[in-house]
Amino acid sequence: MQLNRDELLGAYRRMKTIREFEERLHEEIKTGEIGGFTHLYAGQEAVAVGICDQLTVDDKIVSTHRGHGHCIAKGCDVKGMMKEIYGRAGGLCKGRAGSMHIADLEVGMLGANGIVGGGAPQAVGAAIAARIDGKGRVGVTFSGDGACNQGTTFEAMNLAVVTKVPAIFVFENNHYSEHTGDAYAVGTSKDIASRAEGFGMKAWRANGCDFFETYAAFTELLEYVRAGNGPAAIELDTERYYGHFEGDPQRYRGKGELDRIRAERDCLKAFRARVTGAALLTDADLDAVDAEVLALIEEAVAEARADEQPDPATVADDVYVEYY
Amino acid sequence: MAIMNIREAIVSTLHAEMERDSDIILLGEDVVGGNGTAGGPEAIGGIWGTSPGLWKKFGPERVIDTPISESAIIGAAAGAALSGKRPVAELMFADFVGVSLDQIWNQMAKFRYMFGGKTKCPAVVRLVYGAGMQTAAQHSQSVYAMLTAMPGLKVVLPTTPADAKGLLTEALRGDDPVMFFEHKTLYGVKGEVPEGDHRQRFGEARVVREGGDVTVVACGRMVNFSEKAADAVAKDGIGIDLLDLRTTSPLDEDAILESVEQTGRLVVVDESPPRCSLAADIAAMVTERAFTSLKAPPAMVTAPHSPIPFARNLERAWVPSPQKIEEAVRRVLAFR
Repeated sequence: MQLNRDELLGAYRRMKTIREFEERLHEEIKTGEIGGFTHLYAGQEAVAVGICDQLTVDDKIVSTHRGHGHCIAKGCDVKGMMKEIYGRAGGLCKGRAGSMHIADLEVGMLGANGIVGGGAPQAVGAAIAARIDGKGRVGVTFSGDGACNQGTTFEAMNLAVVTKVPAIFVFENNHYSEHTGDAYAVGTSKDIASRAEGFGMKAWRANGCDFFETYAAFTELLEYVRAGNGPAAIELDTERYYGHFEGDPQRYRGKGELDRIRAERDCLKAFRARVTGAALLTDADLDAVDAEVLALIEEAVAEARADEQPDPATVADDVYVEYY
Repeated sequence: MAIMNIREAIVSTLHAEMERDSDIILLGEDVVGGNGTAGGPEAIGGIWGTSPGLWKKFGPERVIDTPISESAIIGAAAGAALSGKRPVAELMFADFVGVSLDQIWNQMAKFRYMFGGKTKCPAVVRLVYGAGMQTAAQHSQSVYAMLTAMPGLKVVLPTTPADAKGLLTEALRGDDPVMFFEHKTLYGVKGEVPEGDHRQRFGEARVVREGGDVTVVACGRMVNFSEKAADAVAKDGIGIDLLDLRTTSPLDEDAILESVEQTGRLVVVDESPPRCSLAADIAAMVTERAFTSLKAPPAMVTAPHSPIPFARNLERAWVPSPQKIEEAVRRVLAFR
């Protein structure tokens, strides 16, 4: 894997943007200005970016309730996302979606999804479409260690295997499905990836807190799927730094666990150490990105706060393309 | 005009539209049939005989046999629709909506709205429904009311071959998710079908007959039963305005209201239990909007509040019959 300077800076920028977006939301939610459920992606950035950086705008992804990271990595407008989460008229989805349903079809982001396991069959549909179009595109679904237990995910894996379509099942194992551990909830003799193997798929495994390891594994997988070998899966071992939702007291965490995963399993720190150690980028390069990202998030929050609320007269608009 | 039955109208429309538009794909259980067997593909062509020849003509990328996985069928259709295709997903029995409901209700119905009107989801779900073949509690239900209640879906119920063609063509050329209900006892109904391009606009009820004394509103098989009831009361000089809704979402409220304003008497016939039903919905709508025109309380002819039984005589007792419709007509006429 040879990433050039711009690609490295871009990957870092996107991971940092996700991190700061989420860190800021964690603070802003406490003000009470943001309603509803928000599920933060902080800690898992290397997965979204390590994967989406290798996709084109015409490859489709289907995301989860913890979708901000996938959105940013796939190219959704950060300010539009912030406005959406604030429920503003200028939001990516005009304030109809909120955190849990953000989508931007123009960048191939088919939607976050409030239903755990809701997305996997849709990625198979995207893959069916991709195969017909014959341009080597893929349909990617992100699922966690929660969604991996949904019947829809099993159905989708089987359908993808029997139809041999270019669907990719990304399992982000952050070890908690809501408030229950994967050690309890994922019944398997080995791991989640082995379930995909049980369906006859080739599966990869990688450290999802390491951008380079995730990237390299996905490079292999993507080459395999784009070559027309049918679906494939990858399980990434990762961490979520916050609760299932904002406000989750996280009484299920071990003593010192949150401090430990932040200290030992931080993809941004690992990235910085790797690229500066190899003299690919300097601390100054990365610090400059940090400053740009913080400024962007600051602007995004300010603009979201200042944006108008949606017009109540539009409450029933856009239910149909045409209804008569 | 060609004479054909509803099954033939559906098959020929699928062939014609898939030929016209290469984005249309078909997926479902045994829509090809025979895959993985000694008989080989196309051993079946759909258990309802509604997809013969499609696989051979359009190939396995566009005509896809699926495992028995209703959530994956509907979900894949939803994802393909978001990716530029026009999927037709077949549910072998409408009752299996229960298995796949999330993908219909929380997913395809809501995409456009949730995503701020920035996308469309042109998927057609074909659902085979209805009692009358002793298929009992889990293979006979008319679940159109439930789906009619869901914003974002259109709900279509053809009762003639011409409408089967016109409504299916309209569904395949529109940009919204359409629930296309095919009554299992109506596949053999014959009639004239216009040649060439024929689209039937949604939300336009079919005036089956005009009689002026009582308005009868029905859909699906209940239209045919209502015609029998209308024939029976005609012998006593009673004239029925019979409306075939064609689509329950959108609903042709104007046609219903216009007729009730003339007749002052309404009977709604619905092949499903009464609570939160289409009959209740229409009776409420008319009561609210045409109260001063009404000369009698609206009558609902529905099934009982029970699942659908197996035994032939019990099933007959469950389904609204021409006799029950006739009684309701006479009841609203007698009201003073």
